[in-house]
Amino acid sequence: MPEATMIMYEEEYQQIKTILSKLRTDANSKMVFLIDKNGQQIASHGDIGNLDTTSLASLTAGNVAATDALARLIGEKEFPVLSHEGERDNIHTSVVGGRVILVVIFDERSSLGLVRLRVKRASAELNEAFERIVNKAEQEKAGGAKRNTPFTEISDDDIDRLFSDDSL
Amino acid sequence: MTFINYASREINCKIVYYGPGLGGKTTNLQYIYDTSAAQQKGKLISLATETERTLFFDFLPLELGTVRGFKARFHLYTVPGQVFYDASRKLILKGVDGVVFVADSQRERMDANLESLSNLEENLKSHGYDFSKIPYALQLNKRDLPDILSVEELKRELIRKDEPIIEAVAPKGVGVFETLKAVAKQVLTDLRKSAGAS
Ligand SMILES: Nc1nc2c(ncn2[C@@H]2O[C@H](COP(=O)(O)OP(=O)(O)OP(=O)(O)O)[C@@H](O)[C@H]2O)c(=O)[nH]1
Ligand SMILES: [Mg+2]
Repeated sequence: MPEATMIMYEEEYQQIKTILSKLRTDANSKMVFLIDKNGQQIASHGDIGNLDTTSLASLTAGNVAATDALARLIGEKEFPVLSHEGERDNIHTSVVGGRVILVVIFDERSSLGLVRLRVKRASAELNEAFERIVNKAEQEKAGGAKRNTPFTEISDDDIDRLFSDDSL
Repeated sequence: MTFINYASREINCKIVYYGPGLGGKTTNLQYIYDTSAAQQKGKLISLATETERTLFFDFLPLELGTVRGFKARFHLYTVPGQVFYDASRKLILKGVDGVVFVADSQRERMDANLESLSNLEENLKSHGYDFSKIPYALQLNKRDLPDILSVEELKRELIRKDEPIIEAVAPKGVGVFETLKAVAKQVLTDLRKSAGAS
Protein backbone atom coordinates (compact mmCIF):
# COMPACT_ATOMS: atom_id res chain seq x y z
CA MET A 1 0.00 0.00 0.00
CA PRO A 2 1.35 3.45 -0.87
CA GLU A 3 1.02 5.67 2.18
CA ALA A 4 1.03 4.15 5.60
CA THR A 5 -0.69 5.72 8.52
CA MET A 6 0.32 9.22 9.46
CA ILE A 7 0.82 9.63 13.17
CA MET A 8 0.99 12.97 14.93
CA TYR A 9 2.29 12.99 18.50
CA GLU A 10 1.80 15.68 21.09
CA GLU A 11 5.36 16.99 20.84
CA GLU A 12 5.35 17.64 17.10
CA TYR A 13 1.81 18.92 17.29
CA GLN A 14 2.86 21.59 19.78
CA GLN A 15 5.80 22.62 17.58
CA ILE A 16 3.49 22.98 14.62
CA LYS A 17 0.93 24.93 16.63
CA THR A 18 3.67 27.34 17.71
CA ILE A 19 4.76 27.94 14.13
CA LEU A 20 1.15 28.57 13.05
CA SER A 21 0.49 30.92 15.92
CA LYS A 22 3.58 32.94 15.08
CA LEU A 23 2.63 33.06 11.41
CA ARG A 24 -0.82 34.34 12.23
CA THR A 25 0.55 37.18 14.31
CA ASP A 26 3.45 38.07 12.01
CA ALA A 27 1.25 38.08 8.92
CA ASN A 28 -1.52 40.07 10.62
CA SER A 29 -3.95 37.45 9.43
CA LYS A 30 -7.26 36.18 10.77
CA MET A 31 -6.72 32.43 10.65
CA VAL A 32 -4.19 29.90 9.52
CA PHE A 33 -4.74 26.22 8.78
CA LEU A 34 -2.54 23.26 8.06
CA ILE A 35 -4.21 20.51 6.05
CA ASP A 36 -2.89 17.26 4.66
CA LYS A 37 -3.15 16.68 0.94
CA ASN A 38 -5.99 14.23 1.46
CA GLY A 39 -8.17 16.85 3.07
CA GLN A 40 -7.72 16.20 6.76
CA GLN A 41 -7.07 19.14 9.01
CA ILE A 42 -3.81 18.87 10.96
CA ALA A 43 -3.91 22.08 12.98
CA SER A 44 -5.32 25.58 12.94
CA HIS A 45 -4.86 28.88 14.69
CA GLY A 46 -6.85 32.07 15.00
CA ASP A 47 -10.39 33.20 15.47
CA ILE A 48 -12.21 30.29 13.82
CA GLY A 49 -15.65 31.29 15.10
CA ASN A 50 -18.25 29.02 13.55
CA LEU A 51 -16.38 28.47 10.31
CA ASP A 52 -16.86 24.90 9.07
CA THR A 53 -13.20 23.86 9.18
CA THR A 54 -13.82 20.28 8.09
CA SER A 55 -15.39 21.46 4.86
CA LEU A 56 -12.66 24.03 4.43
CA ALA A 57 -10.04 21.27 4.66
CA SER A 58 -11.76 18.99 2.20
CA LEU A 59 -12.48 21.71 -0.38
CA THR A 60 -8.95 23.09 -0.11
CA ALA A 61 -7.44 19.66 -0.73
CA GLY A 62 -9.76 19.15 -3.72
CA ASN A 63 -8.79 22.54 -5.06
CA VAL A 64 -5.06 21.86 -4.69
CA ALA A 65 -5.38 18.38 -6.20
CA ALA A 66 -7.25 19.76 -9.22
CA THR A 67 -4.74 22.58 -9.64
CA ASP A 68 -1.80 20.16 -9.43
CA ALA A 69 -3.39 17.98 -12.08
CA LEU A 70 -3.92 21.06 -14.27
CA ALA A 71 -0.27 22.00 -13.85
CA ARG A 72 0.93 18.57 -14.95
CA LEU A 73 -1.44 18.70 -17.91
CA ILE A 74 0.38 21.71 -19.32
CA GLY A 75 3.80 20.41 -18.35
CA GLU A 76 4.36 22.33 -15.11
CA LYS A 77 5.44 20.51 -11.97
CA GLU A 78 2.98 22.45 -9.83
CA PHE A 79 1.48 25.86 -9.17
CA PRO A 80 2.87 26.30 -5.68
CA VAL A 81 0.59 29.15 -4.64
CA LEU A 82 -3.15 29.70 -5.02
CA SER A 83 -4.57 33.00 -4.05
CA HIS A 84 -8.20 34.12 -3.95
CA GLU A 85 -9.25 37.69 -3.46
CA GLY A 86 -12.65 38.55 -2.05
CA GLU A 87 -14.37 41.80 -1.21
CA ARG A 88 -13.40 41.55 2.45
CA ASP A 89 -11.45 38.37 2.99
CA ASN A 90 -8.71 36.73 1.02
CA ILE A 91 -7.25 33.24 1.01
CA HIS A 92 -3.61 32.39 0.40
CA THR A 93 -2.95 28.69 -0.16
CA SER A 94 0.47 27.10 -0.58
CA VAL A 95 1.94 23.62 -0.52
CA VAL A 96 4.71 23.01 2.00
CA GLY A 97 7.42 20.50 1.15
CA GLY A 98 5.12 18.77 -1.33
CA ARG A 99 3.38 17.27 1.68
CA VAL A 100 0.94 19.57 3.43
CA ILE A 101 -1.17 22.59 2.58
CA LEU A 102 -0.89 25.89 4.41
CA VAL A 103 -3.89 28.22 4.26
CA VAL A 104 -3.88 31.83 5.46
CA ILE A 105 -7.08 33.87 5.62
CA PHE A 106 -6.58 37.61 5.86
CA ASP A 107 -8.39 40.93 5.36
CA GLU A 108 -7.44 44.56 4.76
CA ARG A 109 -5.38 44.69 7.95
CA SER A 110 -2.76 42.71 6.06
CA SER A 111 -1.57 42.47 2.47
CA LEU A 112 -0.69 39.78 -0.02
CA GLY A 113 2.96 40.87 0.06
CA LEU A 114 3.23 40.54 3.82
CA VAL A 115 1.42 37.20 3.86
CA ARG A 116 3.68 35.87 1.14
CA LEU A 117 6.79 36.92 3.02
CA ARG A 118 5.71 35.38 6.32
CA VAL A 119 4.44 32.20 4.69
CA LYS A 120 7.84 31.67 3.17
CA ARG A 121 9.53 31.66 6.54
CA ALA A 122 6.88 29.56 8.23
CA SER A 123 7.06 27.05 5.37
CA ALA A 124 10.74 26.44 5.98
CA GLU A 125 10.06 25.82 9.67
CA LEU A 126 7.08 23.58 8.99
CA ASN A 127 9.10 21.63 6.50
CA GLU A 128 11.74 20.96 9.15
CA ALA A 129 9.08 19.86 11.61
CA PHE A 130 7.67 17.38 9.11
CA GLU A 131 11.14 16.08 8.28
CA ARG A 132 11.50 15.29 11.97
CA ILE A 133 8.16 13.48 12.01
CA VAL A 134 9.16 11.40 9.01
CA ASN A 135 12.62 10.65 10.39
CA LYS A 136 11.17 9.59 13.68
CA ALA A 137 8.83 7.18 11.97
CA GLU A 138 11.64 5.78 9.83
CA GLN A 139 14.02 5.35 12.73
CA GLU A 140 11.43 3.42 14.63
CA LYS A 141 10.79 1.25 11.64
CA ALA A 142 14.49 0.59 11.10
CA GLY A 143 14.97 -0.22 14.75
CA GLY A 144 12.15 -2.70 14.42
CA ALA A 145 10.65 -1.25 17.57
CA LYS A 146 7.02 -2.03 18.06
CA ARG A 147 5.38 1.08 19.32
CA ASN A 148 2.74 0.35 21.81
CA THR A 149 -0.30 1.95 20.22
CA PRO A 150 -3.75 1.60 21.66
CA PHE A 151 -4.84 0.11 18.36
CA THR A 152 -3.03 -3.19 18.66
CA GLU A 153 -5.66 -3.88 21.27
CA ILE A 154 -8.75 -3.07 19.21
CA SER A 155 -11.13 -5.94 19.67
CA ASP A 156 -14.00 -7.09 17.50
CA ASP A 157 -16.27 -5.89 20.29
CA ASP A 158 -14.81 -2.38 20.07
CA ILE A 159 -15.62 -2.32 16.38
CA ASP A 160 -19.11 -3.72 16.83
CA ARG A 161 -19.85 -1.19 19.54
CA LEU A 162 -19.19 1.67 17.09
CA PHE A 163 -22.13 0.50 15.04
CA SER A 164 -24.43 -0.47 17.81
CA ASP A 165 -26.16 2.84 18.44
CA ASP A 166 -29.62 3.55 17.09
CA SER A 167 -28.77 5.36 13.89
CA LEU A 168 -26.72 2.49 12.57
CA MET B 1 -4.13 7.14 4.59
CA THR B 2 -5.38 6.85 8.11
CA PHE B 3 -4.44 9.88 10.15
CA ILE B 4 -4.00 9.26 13.86
CA ASN B 5 -3.72 12.40 15.93
CA TYR B 6 -2.58 11.74 19.48
CA ALA B 7 -2.90 15.40 20.38
CA SER B 8 -6.60 15.65 19.55
CA ARG B 9 -7.19 11.90 20.07
CA GLU B 10 -8.79 11.29 16.70
CA ILE B 11 -8.55 8.65 14.02
CA ASN B 12 -9.49 9.88 10.55
CA CYS B 13 -10.23 7.45 7.74
CA LYS B 14 -11.22 8.06 4.14
CA ILE B 15 -13.87 5.97 2.41
CA VAL B 16 -14.67 6.42 -1.27
CA TYR B 17 -17.93 5.41 -3.00
CA TYR B 18 -17.15 4.34 -6.57
CA GLY B 19 -19.34 3.08 -9.39
CA PRO B 20 -21.05 3.90 -12.70
CA GLY B 21 -22.89 7.16 -13.33
CA LEU B 22 -26.41 7.34 -11.83
CA GLY B 23 -25.74 4.19 -9.82
CA GLY B 24 -26.69 5.80 -6.50
CA LYS B 25 -23.42 6.88 -4.86
CA THR B 26 -24.62 10.37 -3.98
CA THR B 27 -27.93 8.91 -2.80
CA ASN B 28 -26.04 6.73 -0.28
CA LEU B 29 -24.36 9.79 1.24
CA GLN B 30 -27.56 11.77 1.16
CA TYR B 31 -29.37 9.06 3.10
CA ILE B 32 -26.59 8.81 5.68
CA TYR B 33 -26.66 12.58 6.05
CA ASP B 34 -30.45 12.75 6.38
CA THR B 35 -30.65 10.06 9.03
CA SER B 36 -27.62 10.59 11.27
CA ALA B 37 -27.78 12.61 14.45
CA ALA B 38 -26.71 16.24 14.21
CA GLN B 39 -23.73 15.82 16.54
CA GLN B 40 -22.40 12.92 14.46
CA LYS B 41 -22.18 14.64 11.12
CA GLY B 42 -20.72 17.67 9.44
CA LYS B 43 -22.02 19.38 6.33
CA LEU B 44 -22.69 17.40 3.19
CA ILE B 45 -20.77 19.10 0.42
CA SER B 46 -21.78 18.33 -3.15
CA LEU B 47 -19.85 19.68 -6.08
CA ALA B 48 -22.43 18.89 -8.71
CA THR B 49 -23.67 20.05 -12.10
CA GLU B 50 -26.99 21.83 -12.46
CA THR B 51 -28.59 18.49 -13.22
CA GLU B 52 -27.31 17.04 -9.96
CA ARG B 53 -24.65 14.85 -11.48
CA THR B 54 -21.52 14.75 -9.36
CA LEU B 55 -18.92 17.02 -10.95
CA PHE B 56 -15.96 16.58 -8.62
CA PHE B 57 -17.02 14.92 -5.36
CA ASP B 58 -19.52 14.74 -2.53
CA PHE B 59 -18.07 14.86 0.95
CA LEU B 60 -19.58 13.94 4.29
CA PRO B 61 -17.64 13.79 7.57
CA LEU B 62 -19.18 11.35 10.01
CA GLU B 63 -18.22 10.55 13.57
CA LEU B 64 -19.13 7.04 14.56
CA GLY B 65 -18.06 7.00 18.20
CA THR B 66 -14.88 6.22 20.09
CA VAL B 67 -12.45 3.33 19.85
CA ARG B 68 -9.94 2.96 22.68
CA GLY B 69 -10.45 6.59 23.67
CA PHE B 70 -10.01 7.91 20.13
CA LYS B 71 -12.82 9.54 18.17
CA ALA B 72 -13.38 7.51 15.01
CA ARG B 73 -14.10 9.92 12.18
CA PHE B 74 -14.90 8.73 8.70
CA HIS B 75 -14.60 11.02 5.70
CA LEU B 76 -17.00 9.74 3.06
CA TYR B 77 -16.44 10.78 -0.56
CA THR B 78 -18.20 9.91 -3.80
CA VAL B 79 -16.55 10.12 -7.20
CA PRO B 80 -18.24 11.37 -10.38
CA GLY B 81 -19.35 8.23 -12.19
CA GLN B 82 -19.58 9.59 -15.71
CA VAL B 83 -16.80 8.09 -17.82
CA PHE B 84 -15.23 11.34 -18.96
CA TYR B 85 -14.53 12.55 -15.41
CA ASP B 86 -11.71 10.07 -14.97
CA ALA B 87 -9.07 12.63 -14.03
CA SER B 88 -11.21 13.79 -11.10
CA ARG B 89 -11.95 10.23 -10.01
CA LYS B 90 -8.28 9.50 -9.79
CA LEU B 91 -7.70 12.52 -7.54
CA ILE B 92 -10.42 11.50 -5.09
CA LEU B 93 -8.95 8.01 -4.69
CA LYS B 94 -5.69 9.38 -3.36
CA GLY B 95 -5.13 8.39 0.25
CA VAL B 96 -8.21 6.17 0.39
CA ASP B 97 -8.57 3.67 3.25
CA GLY B 98 -11.63 1.79 2.01
CA VAL B 99 -13.80 1.57 -1.11
CA VAL B 100 -17.49 0.90 -1.65
CA PHE B 101 -18.51 -0.09 -5.17
CA VAL B 102 -22.12 0.90 -5.83
CA ALA B 103 -23.32 -1.31 -8.70
CA ASP B 104 -26.52 -0.59 -10.63
CA SER B 105 -28.63 -3.76 -10.73
CA GLN B 106 -30.46 -2.80 -13.93
CA ARG B 107 -29.81 -5.17 -16.81
CA GLU B 108 -28.92 -2.33 -19.19
CA ARG B 109 -26.25 -1.00 -16.76
CA MET B 110 -24.18 -4.18 -16.54
CA ASP B 111 -21.61 -2.96 -19.05
CA ALA B 112 -21.32 0.32 -17.19
CA ASN B 113 -20.71 -1.59 -13.95
CA LEU B 114 -17.95 -3.64 -15.52
CA GLU B 115 -16.31 -0.63 -17.09
CA SER B 116 -16.37 1.28 -13.82
CA LEU B 117 -15.03 -1.66 -11.84
CA SER B 118 -12.07 -2.14 -14.14
CA ASN B 119 -11.50 1.62 -14.04
CA LEU B 120 -11.39 1.37 -10.23
CA GLU B 121 -8.82 -1.41 -10.35
CA GLU B 122 -6.71 0.60 -12.76
CA ASN B 123 -6.87 3.82 -10.77
CA LEU B 124 -6.06 2.08 -7.50
CA LYS B 125 -3.05 0.52 -9.16
CA SER B 126 -1.88 3.88 -10.46
CA HIS B 127 -1.78 5.09 -6.84
CA GLY B 128 0.16 1.99 -5.84
CA TYR B 129 -2.69 0.20 -4.07
CA ASP B 130 -3.20 -3.53 -4.17
CA PHE B 131 -6.90 -4.05 -4.87
CA SER B 132 -6.81 -7.50 -3.33
CA LYS B 133 -5.78 -6.02 0.02
CA ILE B 134 -7.79 -2.82 0.30
CA PRO B 135 -10.92 -2.78 2.51
CA TYR B 136 -13.80 -3.14 0.07
CA ALA B 137 -17.54 -3.80 -0.11
CA LEU B 138 -19.83 -4.43 -3.08
CA GLN B 139 -23.29 -2.87 -2.97
CA LEU B 140 -25.94 -4.11 -5.39
CA ASN B 141 -28.20 -1.07 -5.61
CA LYS B 142 -31.61 -0.37 -7.14
CA ARG B 143 -33.08 -3.73 -6.10
CA ASP B 144 -36.55 -2.09 -6.29
CA LEU B 145 -36.53 -1.54 -10.05
CA PRO B 146 -38.34 -3.82 -12.54
CA ASP B 147 -35.75 -4.90 -15.12
CA ILE B 148 -32.90 -5.98 -12.88
CA LEU B 149 -30.47 -8.88 -12.94
CA SER B 150 -30.65 -11.50 -10.22
CA VAL B 151 -28.18 -11.31 -7.36
CA GLU B 152 -26.55 -14.49 -8.65
CA GLU B 153 -26.01 -13.00 -12.11
CA LEU B 154 -24.55 -9.83 -10.66
CA LYS B 155 -22.26 -11.73 -8.34
CA ARG B 156 -20.97 -13.89 -11.15
CA GLU B 157 -19.75 -10.80 -13.01
CA LEU B 158 -18.79 -8.41 -10.24
CA ILE B 159 -17.19 -10.36 -7.42
CA ARG B 160 -13.45 -9.78 -7.32
CA LYS B 161 -12.39 -11.28 -4.01
CA ASP B 162 -14.11 -12.30 -0.80
CA GLU B 163 -15.85 -8.93 -0.42
CA PRO B 164 -19.08 -8.49 1.55
CA ILE B 165 -22.08 -8.07 -0.78
CA ILE B 166 -25.03 -5.93 0.25
CA GLU B 167 -28.34 -5.55 -1.57
CA ALA B 168 -29.64 -2.00 -1.44
CA VAL B 169 -32.35 0.49 -2.29
CA ALA B 170 -30.41 3.63 -1.50
CA PRO B 171 -33.21 6.26 -1.47
CA LYS B 172 -35.09 4.12 1.07
CA GLY B 173 -31.96 3.45 3.07
CA VAL B 174 -32.12 -0.30 2.52
CA GLY B 175 -28.57 -1.63 2.83
CA VAL B 176 -26.98 1.82 3.16
CA PHE B 177 -25.64 1.60 6.72
CA GLU B 178 -24.90 -2.10 6.33
CA THR B 179 -22.61 -1.21 3.45
CA LEU B 180 -20.81 1.51 5.39
CA LYS B 181 -20.43 -0.78 8.33
CA ALA B 182 -19.03 -3.59 6.18
CA VAL B 183 -16.22 -1.40 4.86
CA ALA B 184 -15.56 0.58 8.06
CA LYS B 185 -15.06 -2.66 9.96
CA GLN B 186 -12.35 -3.74 7.56
CA VAL B 187 -10.63 -0.34 7.82
CA LEU B 188 -10.48 -0.57 11.62
CA THR B 189 -9.34 -4.17 11.50
CA ASP B 190 -6.52 -3.09 9.17
CA LEU B 191 -5.57 -0.39 11.63
CA ARG B 192 -5.15 -3.00 14.33
CA LYS B 193 -2.95 -5.08 12.06
CA SER B 194 -0.75 -2.17 10.97
CA ALA B 195 -0.46 -0.87 14.52
CA GLY B 196 0.97 -4.22 15.48
CA ALA B 197 3.39 -4.25 12.58
CA SER B 198 4.94 -0.79 12.61
N1 LIG C 1 -35.47 3.40 -7.87
C1 LIG C 1 -34.25 3.67 -7.38
N2 LIG C 1 -33.64 4.80 -7.72
C2 LIG C 1 -32.40 5.04 -7.21
C3 LIG C 1 -31.76 4.14 -6.34
N3 LIG C 1 -30.56 4.67 -6.01
C4 LIG C 1 -30.46 5.84 -6.65
N4 LIG C 1 -31.57 6.09 -7.37
C5 LIG C 1 -31.84 7.27 -8.22
O1 LIG C 1 -30.89 7.31 -9.27
C6 LIG C 1 -30.55 8.64 -9.62
C7 LIG C 1 -29.05 8.83 -9.59
O2 LIG C 1 -28.56 8.66 -8.29
P1 LIG C 1 -27.23 9.38 -7.78
O3 LIG C 1 -27.06 9.00 -6.36
O4 LIG C 1 -27.24 10.81 -8.11
O5 LIG C 1 -26.14 8.64 -8.68
P2 LIG C 1 -24.56 8.80 -8.68
O6 LIG C 1 -24.01 7.42 -8.63
O7 LIG C 1 -24.14 9.74 -7.63
O8 LIG C 1 -24.30 9.41 -10.14
P3 LIG C 1 -23.06 10.33 -10.65
O9 LIG C 1 -22.94 11.46 -9.70
O10 LIG C 1 -23.37 10.77 -12.02
O11 LIG C 1 -21.88 9.43 -10.63
C8 LIG C 1 -31.29 9.52 -8.63
O12 LIG C 1 -32.43 10.01 -9.23
C9 LIG C 1 -31.62 8.57 -7.48
O13 LIG C 1 -32.79 8.96 -6.81
C10 LIG C 1 -32.45 2.91 -6.00
O14 LIG C 1 -31.97 2.07 -5.25
N5 LIG C 1 -33.69 2.75 -6.55
MG1 LIG D 1 -23.14 11.48 -7.64
